[in-house]
Amino acid sequence: MFYREAGQFKTSYQADVAIFPIRQDRIAIALIAVTAFIAIPLLATPYVFTGILIPFLILSLAAIGLNVLTGYAGQLSLGTAAFMAVGAFASYNFMLRVPGMPILLAFIGGGTIAALVGILFGLPSLRIRGFYLAVATLAAQFFILWFLTKVGWVTNYSSSGVITAQPIVILGYAFTTPPAKYLLVLSIVTLMALAAKNMARGNVGRSWMAVRDMDVAAEVIGIRPMRAKLLAFAVSSFYCGVAGALFAYAYLGTVEPEAFNLDLSFRILFMVIIGGMGTILGSFLGSAFVTLLPVLLSVTVRYLDSNLNLHIAESAISNLELMVFGGLIIFFLIVEPHGLARLWQIAKEKLRLWPFPH
Amino acid sequence: MQFFFEVLIGGLLSGVMYSLVALGFVLIYKASGVFNFAQGAMVFLAALTYVGLLEQGLPALAALPATLAVMVVLALVIERVVLRPLVNQPQITLFMATIGLTFFIEGLAQIVWGANVRGLDLGLQDEPIQWVTDTTGMVVSKFDLVAAGVAAILVTLLALFFNRTRIGRALRAVADDHQAALAVGIPLQQIWAIVWGVAGAIALVAGLLWGARNGVQYALTFVALKALPVLILGGFESIPGAIVGGLIIGASEKLAEVYLGPFVGGGIEGWFPYVLALLFLLIRPEGLFGEKIIRRI
Amino acid sequence: MTPARSSGAVLLAVDNISLSFGGVKALTGITFDVREREIRAIIGPNGAGKSSMLNVINGVYHPQQGTITFRGEVRRDMNTHRSAAQGIARTFQNIALFKGMSVLDNILTGRNLKMHATLIEQAIYLGRARREELENRRKVEEVIDFLEIQHIRKTPVGKLPYGLQKRVELARALAAEPILLLLDEPMAGMNIEEKQDMCRFVLDVNEQFGTTIVLIEHDMGVVMDISDRVIVLDYGKKIGDGTPDEVRGNQAVIDAYLGVAN
Repeated sequence: MFYREAGQFKTSYQADVAIFPIRQDRIAIALIAVTAFIAIPLLATPYVFTGILIPFLILSLAAIGLNVLTGYAGQLSLGTAAFMAVGAFASYNFMLRVPGMPILLAFIGGGTIAALVGILFGLPSLRIRGFYLAVATLAAQFFILWFLTKVGWVTNYSSSGVITAQPIVILGYAFTTPPAKYLLVLSIVTLMALAAKNMARGNVGRSWMAVRDMDVAAEVIGIRPMRAKLLAFAVSSFYCGVAGALFAYAYLGTVEPEAFNLDLSFRILFMVIIGGMGTILGSFLGSAFVTLLPVLLSVTVRYLDSNLNLHIAESAISNLELMVFGGLIIFFLIVEPHGLARLWQIAKEKLRLWPFPH
Repeated sequence: MQFFFEVLIGGLLSGVMYSLVALGFVLIYKASGVFNFAQGAMVFLAALTYVGLLEQGLPALAALPATLAVMVVLALVIERVVLRPLVNQPQITLFMATIGLTFFIEGLAQIVWGANVRGLDLGLQDEPIQWVTDTTGMVVSKFDLVAAGVAAILVTLLALFFNRTRIGRALRAVADDHQAALAVGIPLQQIWAIVWGVAGAIALVAGLLWGARNGVQYALTFVALKALPVLILGGFESIPGAIVGGLIIGASEKLAEVYLGPFVGGGIEGWFPYVLALLFLLIRPEGLFGEKIIRRI
Repeated sequence: MTPARSSGAVLLAVDNISLSFGGVKALTGITFDVREREIRAIIGPNGAGKSSMLNVINGVYHPQQGTITFRGEVRRDMNTHRSAAQGIARTFQNIALFKGMSVLDNILTGRNLKMHATLIEQAIYLGRARREELENRRKVEEVIDFLEIQHIRKTPVGKLPYGLQKRVELARALAAEPILLLLDEPMAGMNIEEKQDMCRFVLDVNEQFGTTIVLIEHDMGVVMDISDRVIVLDYGKKIGDGTPDEVRGNQAVIDAYLGVAN
């Protein structure tokens, strides 16, 4: 009843291709933006920033990166975390070795190095497809982490292999408090998500999807699959690289290569699958889900413990997490392979008709 | 020179262990077209269940069939809950479902049996065979040799099964096209249950051997990841390929670690097999024994 | 009776093309030409090599022997990208649409060679990228109007019935504004009404836009009605070449279709 398109006629192609064509959607987004940029910084506790919001945003960015590669371009990758690592360590080295380097430029530099590495490990995709490619990305995951650990130059010869990220200072203002870091991350992620959405609905996004769906046909209509795939690897790795840099600078503070292990790669893959492959919204939904689930589980366990005297070991929680994630992946693949984003779309369609059944 | 052979043989024998895990993959892929990422988790679960049952006081002779039963039940459940609803979905969907399965099984195994590292004693010691050392001066492990023998027997049995029996033929049909197989009356569900059950049994054998060698711990699941380069070299559908691939990976991994490792600081074993497989794929995308895929348009 | 259509100079000529896969000879010594603005049909029994011929023309297969002359340039073989860039578009026997995208997006991919905005421009979207997007959307809507598929433009292609999918595939080919259109069994699997619609579209494309058309078709009625000249293939060899009437009377062609042993 409220969520109707009736009466909203689009009189130009421009209006039709807009990201939020329906007025109610635009209002909703405006509300979300106000909440995110104004209300939350004023109201949330430090824990909410550092434990929930910041990792949620950063991993959403990484999920967008993976979505570009796996969701849009159809190249399965199990090495997402490795590219994040490249971005983190590259940014660190830019800040360390280039005097007076502005930190935002260092992030971009980190992303660019990650993009180059991504192209290198993406070259096999020109000959290999499907799970073979997935195994090739595992090569990237293991090799890159080994490289970052073994080559002392990368960690500035730190004996423990741990690097301490430099403080974030932009134009003289130090981003040290949780709300400040949150706003910085939010701004970066919002801009990059917008850019990703623009790419996805433009010519490059269509060429990715064409290569994903039938690359031989794509070739016949003039798309160059090789170029499209490498571009996907580059853009994807850039996003993961920046996410990695933010992970080190705005979230962890001190970081070692092991923080970007295979486990994290799988986590991000889960986000993409559960959230919805090939959608930008899905990256956010999936990240929210994967970030919030452990919190939800530990809250539930604590509740059961104190109220019902049902004691569940701490270690069991992480295993429960595994089971829930695993189970949900299977569930989504059976019931709604397009993930939460699709479920959201269906809900909106139902909402459009509400209170009528059809 | 002698050292080289020692390392080589050690590598070959450890490669046999990889082949054992790879065999499970190949079996399932050959018979259902599904790339079962959860094979490693199944190995882990099998090993964990066995030692768990032993800890509970069951004698080995009872624990073994009990574990086998667990694996078979698991196969039935997987068929009913995961495979049947996803009949004829694209391969990539099934692959991702097995990724989900991996995590589910790992979580379940550790919740039920706990996460402590345990040893597994099979009565085989990892010690050198005396007469080999006496005659050639090389150190060859008794354990590794027995493992190789077991693998050889398994491979022969499986190869015979696939190529000589009627069921084997039906399995190959199923791997090609689920719906077509259904259409000609092949009982898909039963076959899948059987296949996954057999893969579970293979996982049990692999689990026992790996567990005895390295201890039963979470890291066992990563060993299974090593089976992937094996499959790439050997092709996903070839039983002899799994063996040859395993040998090559095992040998090259050890040799690389010993001879190239010192130049770059060691720890090559973690990624060398993958990079090797990657390079190999660039030359021959279907693997040593795989079939060339021709796509018509 | 086909109306007299003014055909122009030779647009495409294949000379002595031979193609084999391993030991199988798909095409042997094929020579023919296609004139501008004509509708050329390729007919023949199943397995005669018709689709392979189209694949050679637009660069999916590379012949072992022979040359291809397109727009005056003589070449040993074509490659897919160059043929698309030079104005060859085609449809496929088994529909080759991008199942994950909507009808509109599928047709827009047909215009990918006309869009030049760089990645960064597309990411920012304001400026050249937006202009191109809207211009091309306008062009695509013209094609959509022409083929009467407005009502399904936002539908994911995978959800459409076969006949409509074929029409969308034609739309994608037309969106590229091709000079030469290769159609591989565009009417396969259609009922009479759908076939009539498709015939009408093919004729309209040829008459309104002057597009040269090479089409593979099994329905003899269609072939005789709409084509200017016909080539007949059998077992990879050319056994007939001429107007529909000439070919209809050719004994070799009749034998091939009736299955007389050669």
